[in-house]
Amino acid sequence: MSIFFITLMLGGAALLSWPLGQAMTWAMSPPRQQEGFRFRIEKVLQRLGGKIIIAEQNWKQYVLALLLFNSVMFAVVFAVLALQPLLPLNPDARGAIEPSLIFHTVASFTANTNLQHYAGELTMSYFSQLFGLMWLQFVSAATGIAALTALARGLSGSSGLGNFYNDLLRATLLILLPLATTGAAILVLGGVVMTLDGAALATTIEGANQTIARGPVAAFVAIKQLGTNGGGFFGANSTHPFENPTFLTNVVECMFIMLVPMACVWMFGRLTGRLRHAAVIFLVMGALLAVKVGFANYLESAPSAAFTGLPVAAAANLEGKELRFGTAAGPTWGVLTTATSNGSVNCMHDSLNPLTGLIALTGMWFNVSFGGVGVGMINMFLYIIVGVFISGMMVGRTPEYLGRKVETREMKFALLAILVHPLLILGGTALFAATPWGAATVQDQGFHGFSEILYEFSSAAANNGSGFEGLGDNTAAWNVATAIVMLLGRFLPIILPLAIAGSLAAKKPAPATAGTLRTDTPLFGLVILGSVVFIGALLFLPVAVLGPIAEHLASGG
Amino acid sequence: MNNAIAEAPLFSRIAAAVRIVLVTMTFCSLLYPLLILGVGYLVTPHTAGGSLLRNEQGGIIGSAFLAQGFARPEYFRPRPSAVDYNGSAAGGSNLSPASPALRARAEEILARTAGGGKPLPADLVSASGSGLDPHITLQAASYQAPRVAAARGIEASEVMELLAKHAFRPGRVFTPEPLVNVLLLNLDLDRSGR
Repeated sequence: MSIFFITLMLGGAALLSWPLGQAMTWAMSPPRQQEGFRFRIEKVLQRLGGKIIIAEQNWKQYVLALLLFNSVMFAVVFAVLALQPLLPLNPDARGAIEPSLIFHTVASFTANTNLQHYAGELTMSYFSQLFGLMWLQFVSAATGIAALTALARGLSGSSGLGNFYNDLLRATLLILLPLATTGAAILVLGGVVMTLDGAALATTIEGANQTIARGPVAAFVAIKQLGTNGGGFFGANSTHPFENPTFLTNVVECMFIMLVPMACVWMFGRLTGRLRHAAVIFLVMGALLAVKVGFANYLESAPSAAFTGLPVAAAANLEGKELRFGTAAGPTWGVLTTATSNGSVNCMHDSLNPLTGLIALTGMWFNVSFGGVGVGMINMFLYIIVGVFISGMMVGRTPEYLGRKVETREMKFALLAILVHPLLILGGTALFAATPWGAATVQDQGFHGFSEILYEFSSAAANNGSGFEGLGDNTAAWNVATAIVMLLGRFLPIILPLAIAGSLAAKKPAPATAGTLRTDTPLFGLVILGSVVFIGALLFLPVAVLGPIAEHLASGG
Repeated sequence: MNNAIAEAPLFSRIAAAVRIVLVTMTFCSLLYPLLILGVGYLVTPHTAGGSLLRNEQGGIIGSAFLAQGFARPEYFRPRPSAVDYNGSAAGGSNLSPASPALRARAEEILARTAGGGKPLPADLVSASGSGLDPHITLQAASYQAPRVAAARGIEASEVMELLAKHAFRPGRVFTPEPLVNVLLLNLDLDRSGR
């Protein structure tokens, strides 16, 4: 029954991604004529944004504008969080935030990661949530969509990649805002909390005091899910009954995770004029996802190893899970959220069975089974370049992609962008596992503690944001180290692909011949699947054995 | 490709970026949440405010969506909570399912639960992710029914009747296991004067 249900849910998201891909293409493309609805919208955007959104930019100018605006995003929200005690909308009187935590939080939300070393209901005022963090959830996701659009333009052979500010406004106001408004309305009707009132004080039936934290949750949760942000309004994220009150809201939030990353593939296909190519990519990503969902559900149906031999009725592992979502919900969400760089959770990943935790880690290591908004498809582009290059070498031809020759320069950039990921994860894990920075902060010593450190760095580098939350991660060392990893893991894999696009666009198109590797065939699907699995996963095999696999074997599983 | 804006001095480029900040913030952080607040206020004011429950004097006694602690024998008990049912600091145990600490917690719960030889339903020894899961399985409630009935001096069948009334499947055919909301069940027990 649960397999049928999961198929229904993922199939539903895949079906919805098709029209959404069309709409996103419409929103991100300049109007075709100097009249009509789309043209009038463009005029409004120009009036709102000013002269800065008009000029065409080459790849360097586009990247510089992207970095400048993201720096301004960082500075603005740093100021919002630092000034929190002085700002309005603070009914529960949240005080000043520790500086290294501010630095970490702002880096995290700017990088579309939303790794949280704080609990929202204890640390943030409503103003900080809405005007700081939620605003970044919109514009960081829009940055990803803009970057993918620019990449697609470059691959279509245009030396101008468009205008970053124009793309950012289009993505924010024409795509994310309407989606989030619809999504938040559905959630608030489904029972999610949405109020500006402060915490309610209750006296329970047995006479204890219970402080009930509240807030403008529904608006926050909608964009958190749709923009692959993942940062919860509350520390407990989507396990919290106020963020995710019912079976139905769980289904809706689960579909929101997949929607935009899936649609980004179709948008890429439309912008480059290669829909069949996009369909092959979509199927490869979908196949990876389906395999992971299947394994995770199977592995998580095993009971907690800790209860072996105790008089406890046999059941799936329920630690860290909410009953109202059903038993398949935790592992399914766990896979989707790590495969897309979302990072929200509806069960505690630290309490997943060790091998289910490994599936979540694998999702962050690949980071392409749809991946983050915009950037997932960009990551896949890097694997495509590598796959195309290797195939070209095997048959002794200069490799080509979308009609342009892939040569040393492109290959260097692609490999550099891909290798940043394992370097940050393995280097960071090694450093923190060997020093008190990490070793003194784990909840359990041994294999599981190692997994906690490994998960934290994987999540930071993949811009995911989920965590093995048993880790005591609000220390200056963790805050600074993961902030740096998140920023490098965010911006290098955006800058380098745009450099490749700029370099490809400058080349003369090579006419397709009988010897050209076609990009719209099942064979090509196997090529990119191979390059993802062999390059993306093999490097991580040793740490997988040291952490989750060792824990599984040691617990007699 | 050169143009006036891209070549403009850094200061004026920052000023132009700040304008984009203000525009997006107005839409995303001001108008959007106001609209959603309006929808909640007009259509679902009760749940949007946190589904607060009140006693006859109007005092708040909890939220229908959040678990609260119950220890007395005449009440049904919720799942264990890693945060002691703290409504302003939700969270899970984050323990590995193979952790000795998890086993120790289960043994402690088993020691204070008179089982009558039946194995304890797993949800009564597993903490939820939020620590505020308001539900237990119908099985877990039935397991506790004899104790509750004895403490209240009523027939177990009366309690079972009430359980049947409260049991529901949150996902219909997709979630075969019926659940009950512990707080609402206990309130009903008190109100029915049994």
